[in-house]
Amino acid sequence: MINSNILRNDEKAIFALRELYEKYGYKPFKMSKFEEYEFYIQNKDFLVSDRIIAFNDTSGKLLALKPDVTLSIIKNGEDVEGFKQKVCYNENVYRVSENTHQFKEIMQTGVECIGDISLYDIYEMVVMAAESLALISDDFVLEVSHLGLISSLLDNICKNANFKAEAIKFISDKNSHDLARICDENNVAELDKIALQNFVSIYGERNAVLQKLEDENVNIGKDNINILRTLSNMLDNLSFSGKIKFDFSAVSDMNYYNGIVFKGYINGLSQSVLSGGQYDNLLYKMGRKSGAIGFAIYLDLLEDLPREKQNFDIDVLLLCDGKTDNQLLIDTVNQIVACGKTVSVQNADVGKIRYKELNDIRGGV
Amino acid sequence: MLNVALPKGRLGEKVYAMFEAAGYECPSIKENNRKLIFENEEKQVRYFWVKPSDVAIYVERGAADIGVAGKDILLEYAPDVYELLDLDLGKCRMAVAAPCDFHDDGQKTLKVATKFTNIAANYYASLGREIDIIKLNGSIEIAPILKLSDVIVDIVETGTTLKENNLEVKSTIVPISARLISNKSSFKFKGTDIEKIVESIKNQVKNND
Repeated sequence: MINSNILRNDEKAIFALRELYEKYGYKPFKMSKFEEYEFYIQNKDFLVSDRIIAFNDTSGKLLALKPDVTLSIIKNGEDVEGFKQKVCYNENVYRVSENTHQFKEIMQTGVECIGDISLYDIYEMVVMAAESLALISDDFVLEVSHLGLISSLLDNICKNANFKAEAIKFISDKNSHDLARICDENNVAELDKIALQNFVSIYGERNAVLQKLEDENVNIGKDNINILRTLSNMLDNLSFSGKIKFDFSAVSDMNYYNGIVFKGYINGLSQSVLSGGQYDNLLYKMGRKSGAIGFAIYLDLLEDLPREKQNFDIDVLLLCDGKTDNQLLIDTVNQIVACGKTVSVQNADVGKIRYKELNDIRGGV
Repeated sequence: MLNVALPKGRLGEKVYAMFEAAGYECPSIKENNRKLIFENEEKQVRYFWVKPSDVAIYVERGAADIGVAGKDILLEYAPDVYELLDLDLGKCRMAVAAPCDFHDDGQKTLKVATKFTNIAANYYASLGREIDIIKLNGSIEIAPILKLSDVIVDIVETGTTLKENNLEVKSTIVPISARLISNKSSFKFKGTDIEKIVESIKNQVKNND
């Protein structure tokens, strides 16, 4: 058995998450490290960044190190009526870091459900997302949004595509002042402008959000609000139901995502560690008939979670030299390990290792 | 404890006064010393002075829960933060300026000198105009005079510096002012405190109008 004390936060999460996803029937999906470069170029808008590490293979074909996992899963699947492909994965992806502008290897774990997506599948995915966060920390928030609802709200206010793109950005920033400015610039009616500004301030506890949407009489489409209400009711009985909130600032690229989307946060981490949602539009663009929903967790971010401070690197620093009898050295190491202690055999204490005990058998025979 | 990043300088002092009026005072900040971090244990608030252009980074990375940054910095670096309030302070505009006799006939690549390369690139991309960006770090106004560039993209407050260098505003890209920003994750877990501050400062801004 593995002693969990020696595992890092991300390593612990990998095992726990895989167990969770298998419980819901999601089977591990192992994919190749490389894909054809052309494949990503065709779908580059779906990628977080269009900068990809490319290289020639032995036959001269241009390949790329995977910047994304979802695309590979979709590519390898097929539409079969009545069947939903349910997979989980744990893969490294290679992307340009927004902070350093250098390529970075990112460990990503996630799940995808591809097929005829029902409301139960959406519920299951939201529950798995919340349970995933709960496995990492008790102090989490999963915020759920609905892109169809935002789209319908904006389409009813102004048909201009630039307005819509800018408005979505401001909604995601909770920026009501610049929303008001672009409403004025696009001659949006005063009442619609106020409704849009109020919409930005509607977030939080699910029932309170649904009530406010009703009170404000926001024009967001009956079907969309019904989906949110039904989903919210389905989530009511969960022990962590209160940690799943509605927040429409959680938006994703509408070229690919549609319907329910969500983001997960953990107290103490400065950015969202989980991101997902329905992406039927991506499948449609790739010529498939199925719908899809999934999410990914960025395990590299878990490095920043607080860990118990280690005051020592090792229990025993065991010093020996050329004169030390080999059998004495072996016996001493075995005795220390048998006591459940850790040991590092060195020739001298040069201050590089923090230890609890020093055992010096230099010159010993 | 709520961590607040304030921009060093006069703007930061005005902003602190707003936080103080919102009930989040920290008297030690007014002491005349070279300290950069000030804490009021009772009010559970910690302020720190940082370079104005760094505020957004402190907030995005979660070292500060909230902070105050200029819209110019937010547009240029596009940090992943919530922009909760326009403080109506430090008002100016991001503009294209050029020598008074300059006319862009659109027949050649436009040379644009600026500190704000992303803002300039996005603005001209929205117009479909081909440009050559020349990144400068200061004294932008002299670039067109020395024929280094055709136009400049820069912050214009009163227009006096432009006038003195025989330049004029050709078009306004976006109005600029100081904005209250929040780290997205902090907003989820310290939302009640942050909303309280936002509400109080919003009322102060309204009353100042």
